[in-house]
Amino acid sequence: MATTAAPAGGARSGAGPEWGGFEENIQGGGSAVIDMENMDDTSGSSFEDMGELHQRLREEEVDADAAAAEEEDGEFLGMKGFKGQLSRQVADQMWQAGKRQASRAFSLYANIDILRPYFDVEPAQVRSRLLESMIPVKMVNFPQKIAGELYGPLMLVFTLVAILLHGMKTSDTIIREGTLMGTAIGTCFGYWLGVSSFIYFLAYLCNAQITMLQMLALLGYGLFGHCIVLFVTYNIHLHALFYLFWLLVGGLSTLRMVAVLVSRTVGPTQRLLLCGTLAALHMLFLLYLHFAYHKVVEGILDTLEGPNIPPMQRVPRDIPAVLPAARVPATVLNATAKAVMVTLQSH
Amino acid sequence: MAKAVESSGELGTTSPRPLFAGLSDISISQDIPVEGEITIPMRSHIREFDSSTLNESVQNTIMRDLKAVGKKFMHVLYPRKSNTLLRDWDLWGPLILCVTLALMLQRSSVDSEQDGGPQFAEVFVIIWFGAVTITVNSKLLGGNISFFQSLCVLGYCILPLTVAMLVCRLVLLAEQGPINFMVRLFVVIVMFAWSIVASTAFLADSQPPNRKALAIYPVFLFYFVISWMILTFTPQ
Repeated sequence: MATTAAPAGGARSGAGPEWGGFEENIQGGGSAVIDMENMDDTSGSSFEDMGELHQRLREEEVDADAAAAEEEDGEFLGMKGFKGQLSRQVADQMWQAGKRQASRAFSLYANIDILRPYFDVEPAQVRSRLLESMIPVKMVNFPQKIAGELYGPLMLVFTLVAILLHGMKTSDTIIREGTLMGTAIGTCFGYWLGVSSFIYFLAYLCNAQITMLQMLALLGYGLFGHCIVLFVTYNIHLHALFYLFWLLVGGLSTLRMVAVLVSRTVGPTQRLLLCGTLAALHMLFLLYLHFAYHKVVEGILDTLEGPNIPPMQRVPRDIPAVLPAARVPATVLNATAKAVMVTLQSH
Repeated sequence: MAKAVESSGELGTTSPRPLFAGLSDISISQDIPVEGEITIPMRSHIREFDSSTLNESVQNTIMRDLKAVGKKFMHVLYPRKSNTLLRDWDLWGPLILCVTLALMLQRSSVDSEQDGGPQFAEVFVIIWFGAVTITVNSKLLGGNISFFQSLCVLGYCILPLTVAMLVCRLVLLAEQGPINFMVRLFVVIVMFAWSIVASTAFLADSQPPNRKALAIYPVFLFYFVISWMILTFTPQ
């Protein structure tokens, strides 16, 4: 199955299982398979297997000795030695056969070589793609090229998770940090995979020329804008700044994705549907990330500055304006906890 | 649990090079020829069972394993370009560090809102799944390191952060305030940098030379998340 994938990495790993161990030792051609045969080679590995083997061999020897002891005393050592060696060889062969079967099954199902070609990038390429993801290209009459790699998008998703966690650095969030961490990871990965799949499905309906891998890569690089905006606005808590960045940076990366999709779709209705959906989801996600995880800081600013709430900027909350300072954290926590619970329940 | 690895490690430095040792020179980068048993065939392990480590007393075994773990701790604290962590990898050290960290990060209070339970599991899962992800990523980028070697290195390099956790815990016994926070921030940042330098010293050689940055970046994120967990910890 793995060898049907066109890339050379897949084909190379399928070239003869008995040479699999050798291939791993040669530089550059190393298979990414967690090769159980070579797991023994690193010292300390699978000691339990060795211990088991040793135990089994000893049991075999004990059995052979016990059997030999029943025979006459006139038996010379050669015969007993021969029997012991035979049983040892049989045990060894059984062990080898079983291990070979297990490792073959394992390498068939756990072959991560399938993903290897998508990680074949250079740092310079990643850098240039990151910068290009912020630059919308005007040429929409000719299908634009999308790099089909997964390293950049994956790292951007993880970076987004890290930035979200960093955004909760105020001390009152740490009490729920475990759940928040799971929520952050789930949100980011859910967005990346879920929205990619949804837009791919829409693209299929609208006859757009884009593959799933390209969609994943496109959306992944689109998260670069989100990372920048959130990183800046989590450190500088100004609402006006956030809206400016939301429009500017978020808008740029959305425009880029939209331009790529438009260049690959035919027909105004289809273009509108596809790009409208993507733009809406992308911009709304940034808004959501900012507000859902920003509430704690807002709450603290609220109680410190007093209830001068500008219209349509802050979510009304149930924190009374007059509170002794010592009781603020608990109440803010409650609001945050409630917000998190609501978010979790709605998922 | 007995470990024949230590005896093989010690034997390896004094006995003549085993059968396929020449292959290891081909497979690892040219600057630092790796010696030892990365690519040893199974045969050479069987002869060690004549001097079986299963028969010795438990105390001997534990002391030997603890010494091995301690030696690797020293290698992490003073990172030089050495292959000890790669050659004689073991997962005891990472397990000890992970459990220690997870226990210390647990909430001490048992409150209905603040459940101390999930903290341990969260830290555990994050550390191990993070390490697995980084390992898979570095292998996919063309790295020449085995799965468990990478796990071993990443686990051992959590040691500076565990020390940071201890220091933070002690600092938190004093009165809270911005100075308290600044001290903790400084300690965590220093230990975070130390972890990254240590893991880079061990892992960088196994990557193709032009892709080192690509492999180190997720390590940076991983230790950043752990540092964040340590920094934002306050016992209540």
